[in-house]
Amino acid sequence: MKKAFPILGVLTAVLLSYALYQALVVAPTEQTMGDVQRIFYYHVPSAWTAFLLFFINFGASIYYLAKRKTAADIVALVSAEVGVVFCTVVLITGPIWARPVWGIWWTWDMRLTSTLVLWLIYVSYLFLRRFSSGGQTPLLAASLAVIGALCVPFVYFSIWFFRTQHPQPVMGGGGSIDPRMLHVLLINWLAFSCFAFLVCWSRYRLEKLQREIDEAHALHSLLAPRGSSR
Amino acid sequence: MKNGYLFAAYAATWIIHIGYISTIVSRYARLKREIEELKKS
Amino acid sequence: MSTPRTAPSGITRVTLFKDLRLEWRSKDAINSMLFFSLLVVVVFSFSFDPSAEESRQIAGGLIWVAFLFAAVVALNQTWAREIRNQVLDAYRVSPAPANSLFVAKVVGNFIFVTVLEALMTPLFIVFYRLRALGPVWQLLLVGAVGTWALVVNGTFFAAMSLRTRSREIMLPLLLFPISIPAVLAMVQATTAILNGEGARFWIVLLVTYDLVFTTVCLLLFETVLNAE
Repeated sequence: MKKAFPILGVLTAVLLSYALYQALVVAPTEQTMGDVQRIFYYHVPSAWTAFLLFFINFGASIYYLAKRKTAADIVALVSAEVGVVFCTVVLITGPIWARPVWGIWWTWDMRLTSTLVLWLIYVSYLFLRRFSSGGQTPLLAASLAVIGALCVPFVYFSIWFFRTQHPQPVMGGGGSIDPRMLHVLLINWLAFSCFAFLVCWSRYRLEKLQREIDEAHALHSLLAPRGSSR
Repeated sequence: MKNGYLFAAYAATWIIHIGYISTIVSRYARLKREIEELKKS
Repeated sequence: MSTPRTAPSGITRVTLFKDLRLEWRSKDAINSMLFFSLLVVVVFSFSFDPSAEESRQIAGGLIWVAFLFAAVVALNQTWAREIRNQVLDAYRVSPAPANSLFVAKVVGNFIFVTVLEALMTPLFIVFYRLRALGPVWQLLLVGAVGTWALVVNGTFFAAMSLRTRSREIMLPLLLFPISIPAVLAMVQATTAILNGEGARFWIVLLVTYDLVFTTVCLLLFETVLNAE
């Protein structure tokens, strides 16, 4: 199992480099926006990866509520953290793309606004995990994760309707996409998914190790010789 | 000129990812040290 | 066999009336809330000039932000009395269903926050010279459904925050992101009704939101209460 990690690491690095090459060189230049549009190949896969990770968090949290398996709790924590990282990338690359194209950093458009709310929900989840104490954290976090995930459809629905009433420029463009661009997009998504998997795996191993050490510390202080405390 | 934004977006992406990975790496190193100390005592 | 007092609905009723009676007797909370309502409206009036036409257009948003403030203040002390007297530990040990306690708390908070809103609304109307072009009963409906949305999640998160450091900051930290769709709906519905437009989508969204989250909170409250 451990041997697989470096191999996958190298493969992922190669895949990412290839995807970068595709995005910068191979993909055709967009008509209206020019080369800046290539941000799309990083912005969109990051969004899809974040959504996938948040979905995994939802699944792991429900599983934990049902079965109370520690592994599920760790998966929930890891997927939320890495999901927030990818979501942050979306929220940073979005405005960097918007500025040269529309002249403004932020437009409260449907996709970016929904992503912002999603980011807020999962950051609050991470705060709960940090601020609650030991034994209760998994259950409280799992409950919050379920509530947060159920909130997501409402977020999308409400913002969608709001935008149809108060239209704004849509970032990322709607409508059909050139098949060559779609091809590059999917390659980048594959590369980032592999990358996300490796990051999650590392974080999972770190968390498992951390918990084992915490247990060892606790055991250590329980078994410490009686006369050590005066 | 606009390509400065393209570079900035790609750079920002990797800065964020590398930042997160380095927190994992440094925490891992610290845990390794703790294991050594636990083994000694 | 359970007597009326120990049946789940009985427990809810007893807990609710106890809370209401304690609040009424102490009058501390009521007086401070009265003054708080006035303060909030006055501060808003200084921040958002009531004589400006723009302020009247965003009045719907202003009112709900004020109500949100009031709700957070009320929710933060939801469980304070229970904590002081170790009631929650007793509850965990007793066979009483946790949901009865939860429903009692939510209804109690709902009544409390509604009283605050009832105090603030006339002040807002007077200070901002508000006129409703749409039907008033719809405004009341939005008020009720919106307040329930804030209060049901708020009571749940207040219980969650009990198990955390920095209790008071944790409640709004958890409540605000989850409430965003509901707050958007409340504000849009209120603004639409004030301007005589249709608010059906937003009201349906709010009612759906209430149904979904009330159900989820009822299902999960026992888990949160007993988390150890």
